[in-house]
Amino acid sequence: MENKLHVSFSPHIKSSNSTMRTMLDVIIALVPASIAAVILFGIPALLVIAVCVISAVAGEALFNLAIKKEQTVGDLSAVVTGLILALNLPSNIPLWQAAVGALFAIIIVKGIFGGLGKNIVNPAIAARVFMLIAFGSMTAAVFPEGMDSVSGATPLSDLANDKAVDLMDLFLGKCGGALGETCALALLIGGIYLIVRKVITWHIPVAFIGTTFLFTLALEGGNVETTLAWVLSGGLMIGAFFMATDYVTSPSTAKGKLIFGIGAGVITVLIRFFGGYPEGVSFAILLMNIVNPYIDSLTPRKLFGGKK
Amino acid sequence: MAFSLKGIHVPHRKNTADMSAIRMPAPKTVTLLTAMHIGKPAKPVVKAGDQVFVGTLIAEQDGFISSPVYSSVSGTVKSVADTALSNGKTAPAITIESDGEMTPDESIAVPHVNSKEDFIEAVKKSGIVGLGGAGFPTYVKFATDKKIDTLVINGAECEPYITSDSVTMVDNADDILLAIETADKYFNFDKIVIGIEKNKASAIAKMKELSAKNSKIQVKVLPAIYPQGGEKVLVYHTTGRTIKVGELPADSGCIVCNSSTMANIGKYLQTGMPLAEKVVTVDGGAVKEPKNVIVAIGTPIGEVFDFCGGFNEEPEKVIYGGPMMGVAVPDLTVPVLKQTNALLAFNKKEIKTAKTTACIKCGKCTNSCPFGINPAAIAKAYNNKDAEMLEKLGADICMLCGCCAFICPAKRPLVETNSLAKNMLMAERAKKKEGNA
Repeated sequence: MENKLHVSFSPHIKSSNSTMRTMLDVIIALVPASIAAVILFGIPALLVIAVCVISAVAGEALFNLAIKKEQTVGDLSAVVTGLILALNLPSNIPLWQAAVGALFAIIIVKGIFGGLGKNIVNPAIAARVFMLIAFGSMTAAVFPEGMDSVSGATPLSDLANDKAVDLMDLFLGKCGGALGETCALALLIGGIYLIVRKVITWHIPVAFIGTTFLFTLALEGGNVETTLAWVLSGGLMIGAFFMATDYVTSPSTAKGKLIFGIGAGVITVLIRFFGGYPEGVSFAILLMNIVNPYIDSLTPRKLFGGKK
Repeated sequence: MAFSLKGIHVPHRKNTADMSAIRMPAPKTVTLLTAMHIGKPAKPVVKAGDQVFVGTLIAEQDGFISSPVYSSVSGTVKSVADTALSNGKTAPAITIESDGEMTPDESIAVPHVNSKEDFIEAVKKSGIVGLGGAGFPTYVKFATDKKIDTLVINGAECEPYITSDSVTMVDNADDILLAIETADKYFNFDKIVIGIEKNKASAIAKMKELSAKNSKIQVKVLPAIYPQGGEKVLVYHTTGRTIKVGELPADSGCIVCNSSTMANIGKYLQTGMPLAEKVVTVDGGAVKEPKNVIVAIGTPIGEVFDFCGGFNEEPEKVIYGGPMMGVAVPDLTVPVLKQTNALLAFNKKEIKTAKTTACIKCGKCTNSCPFGINPAAIAKAYNNKDAEMLEKLGADICMLCGCCAFICPAKRPLVETNSLAKNMLMAERAKKKEGNA
């Protein structure tokens, strides 16, 4: 036999899953929210998404070139970061700011820590928080096209001022906020897709949203309608399904994921009710990202027949 | 209890299910390794030029954990020479030129079994080793002074492609029954259970006939989740007992034997013909006519593939055993071993996988591990040469089943790092022990 046989370690067959396929699933799951964003906010939304995604991918490609690293844009993780960041920005954000945010996420938060899998905090969230602090204008709410936007307040600030909010409007996204965070329906569809495709498990979203619900319910004196309004508002849905579940910056085991979700829920409510910012989801996930290595090391799976 | 052993869904690809094994004609030459089992290689007792027959002893057992080797053809010994093994060590191999007659050795006689000692001696003499792939000398399992109350028969056959155990269960059920009943006579088990994955309907039906004949025998139908046939996994799912790290099934009162091992014990008890041939599943995308074949041990694997119509395309990879734990071979001249249960030849498409990327910490490796270890963390500790961490992570619990590497989206070589980490941990422990002594 002239041709040499290939010799390698077992297993000799592998699942069809891949890093690229995983990232592609996240992108697919974000399609409903992206469509909702364009319907609600129009062409400016599309521009923000395009600028963020292109900046993120170009940033990763150039960074790899600059440090002479193997090209990694093919794994699609930069597209995911750019897209998630875009969905966290208001539609009126100056496009140069969006580009700076995406580059910050890819180069500062991910690239210099060693690239995919090595970052400590979620790049999109860190970039959002950075932009919130650097470009204060971000906090002003933008309303979907055709809506009366006199008040200029997000449902969160309305809620904080005890103003009534329509639950159905919140569910469909007819309220002020960032591009992708307003339409809970679209986010739920995407989240369920991720769970069905086994990209994520239910633990973090359920623990995060559940904790937020229960803690808010207690603070609202048992008023379910107001509590639901809090849950459907702000970045909770996109945060719980798409940002807190980021593999790299969240725990691996079921136990760890529950702790992570509960922690993020508690911090979110504390910031919403007692903090200086109207929204706490980003900060909550960011803080949990930082303690994630500790959660991970404290919650390994039980070893079968192990010493203990 | 209530430990949830995870595992994964693998494609079954049991293309040869319900294909009874066909005996292959006598090969021209056979090469019998003296190391076809775990333990010390057997010691050759023949030299070049000796006349041998089917079942003639050609290498005797050497030490407690060892097993004798018998000729699988009649003919003349051509050479006895050291040969390299797949684990990098060397051991003698005996090459025999067949006369094509397959004449059995005259001294072959039905063994007299009237006591436990006789039974153990018979299993020892039969040259039978764990035929599920591990190759642990079978008699050693019975020659234990531990209190044994349960016999577990492994018919799970969880590896994709392989059907040699299930066709043996169907075609040689009576041999299995004889082996069970003979063992039971001297061990008086409290429980005898045959574990089979639920995707093997004909084997389950046939084994249920045995339990109709002997009410002590139970058939436990198990979910088809890999690695159901892992020894510790099977014992846990059939008896609820947990075999601790570093312990044997006997420490939990169990003897675990593969169904084909039992069938061969049954055959030996009836004929006295030692292990000289083997049912092998021949399959894989590069094989023209997948089959179950009865092969003389020592036959070059290339001839076995030829018997199955040869290749329909150049194979990219050829392995002994199943795709999850099998060993890739360098060429087609290597022989069929005692413990070879399958020969698979894969085409390029079948073994194609996505590109290896950095670990994305998805946790799928630890969450699919039957024993709950964390292969990603082990790989990291191994790269950091951190033996203490490997100890903490329980690297030695790994059975190299491959669930982690199968499921990994980043296609990290986790079985490789687990295996290296295990070796590092063992070496470190040995060093420590030496230091303390």
